[in-house]
Amino acid sequence: MKKYDILPHTADGKFRAWGRTLEEAFANAALATASLMWDWEKVEPKLSQAVRLEGRDREQLLVKFLGEIIFLFETRKFLLASVDGLEIRDVPDGFFLEAEFRGDTLSDRRDIHGDVKAVTYSEMKIDEERGGVVLQVVVDM
Amino acid sequence: MDLVKIGENIWQIPKRGDMNVPALIYASEKLLADVRRDITLDQARNVACLPGIQRMSYVMPDAHQGYGFPIGGVAAFDLDGGIISPGGVGYDINCGVRLLRTDCTEKDVSGRRKELLAEIFKEVPAGVGKGGVTRLSRSVLKDILVKGAEWAVENGYGTKEDLERTEEYGRMKDADCAAVSDRAMERGVPQLGTLGAGNHFLEIQKVREIFDREAAAAFGVEAEGQIMVMVHCGSRGLGHQVATDYIELMGNAFGTSGLPDRELVHAPFRSELGRRYYGAMCAAVNYAFANRQMIAHWIRDVFARVLGSSEGMRQVYDVCHNVAKVERHPVGGGAARELCVHRKGATRSFGPGRPEIPAAYRAVGQPVIIPGSMGTSSYLLVGTAAAEELSFGSTAHGAGRVMSRHEALRRFRCEQIRDELAQRGIELKSANWKGVAEEASASYKDVDEVVRVSHDVGLGKLVAKLAPVGVMKG
Repeated sequence: MKKYDILPHTADGKFRAWGRTLEEAFANAALATASLMWDWEKVEPKLSQAVRLEGRDREQLLVKFLGEIIFLFETRKFLLASVDGLEIRDVPDGFFLEAEFRGDTLSDRRDIHGDVKAVTYSEMKIDEERGGVVLQVVVDM
Repeated sequence: MDLVKIGENIWQIPKRGDMNVPALIYASEKLLADVRRDITLDQARNVACLPGIQRMSYVMPDAHQGYGFPIGGVAAFDLDGGIISPGGVGYDINCGVRLLRTDCTEKDVSGRRKELLAEIFKEVPAGVGKGGVTRLSRSVLKDILVKGAEWAVENGYGTKEDLERTEEYGRMKDADCAAVSDRAMERGVPQLGTLGAGNHFLEIQKVREIFDREAAAAFGVEAEGQIMVMVHCGSRGLGHQVATDYIELMGNAFGTSGLPDRELVHAPFRSELGRRYYGAMCAAVNYAFANRQMIAHWIRDVFARVLGSSEGMRQVYDVCHNVAKVERHPVGGGAARELCVHRKGATRSFGPGRPEIPAAYRAVGQPVIIPGSMGTSSYLLVGTAAAEELSFGSTAHGAGRVMSRHEALRRFRCEQIRDELAQRGIELKSANWKGVAEEASASYKDVDEVVRVSHDVGLGKLVAKLAPVGVMKG
């Protein structure tokens, strides 16, 4: 199954990510976001970063989850290589997400080819289709 | 969408349905064709539906689709009963432009261009993931968020005169550090004094043409061939995080189900959340002022070192083009009153006499700086009294994209762009060569047409055209 597709957008970055489950689609959306900044397939999954966050709804959960990639890159120079053990649970106020980011610390700035600055709700779609989930996200670049 | 032409370069979306006011678009037929290619007009109509909006939802000549509000959108809201919206300011809070004039001519720098640019490239950190020169403590960062460019001047970056020639004198007084999250601060710490990436750039320019000699002279622009320096950047990750944080908080507090677009989320200006966002936004504005103040200082150092002197290298002005501010404007034929004016991808363009303009410029009007895209001309304009009636004293902010980064990457090669620029006598340095292809000037609207419409309508009048001789891209 295809993980994601980068789509044309006038000013910014837009992608669609797929998964058999919401969790798998979220993990693929993380890789799509990373792909706009670096080649995640070439990053060694040496280090681990725990991610735990809550969202009032699935859209907010997705914005916060992808925002974590930007935050870890800007503040810890962390490059995402893979997403492990992603779980999404219903909680009284919405949803809770837990995952493990694996990756490495940036050593050569030339490995960075783009700058994702924020994750937006613009044109966001979370569609559960028969046998799978499709996410669409626009990020500010 | 159906538009009514109500004058040369002026189009209206009449008030209907949920709109509280009409929307007004300033564009030539050519620019309007660009605007119609995306959802800019729908977004302008959505803004017209927001509570407390005054007069019109305005769209500047360089407008394109944004998040929630269009880029190139101007909207003013009543302080009582009206709102403030992070989407009306944009993610890059106080993205803006600073222009310096010099005593040098094209001849003075002709043999030294490469060296100047190479030295600036060494001094000014640029590109994704590039940290600033100083590791800031949290308490120093807070000082910067409160004092803005004043902090930079107090710490040896530039002069008091620079502050006089900066919008808001380089410091928004209502900044509230307590309203800025830890996450935003953490993103701000490593990035102070950095240019960033994307459409941000720094240029050595020459004056190509002077249209208004009197205003030009007041701004220190004396002759064709004079060398100028332009810096275009913003509040980096800190500003983006402030926007992200308050979009979430306002959504949680007020809900988003009634909104046509979640990025239109807002809070009453007088609410606790509205006040906190305004305080945090002002802090991010100050961070960006300090950022440009430091970068301009390093550029002066390089000029002094390479050319022997940076004397006469004065700041013309520094403008914000992503901001919300409380300003006095006349509404409904009555006396002027305070409104919260949102300018997202729009530049303040105040005419002569406004108290916000520094004394040195008060007789002519405020300098308006409109950057082009990489390798194209930029412009210096002057604000007008008419703009207050036309657009709450606002005009365009730049060229505006018309082609996706994706498409630009497919069509252009960075080597080809570099060679073409070199043939036109423009030196190029970049921290990211893929970004060069993404920023190819063909991906942008025609800035010449944008400023022509601004001039003809009277939003901001042409003063001088500036052509690049050296470009540094983030």
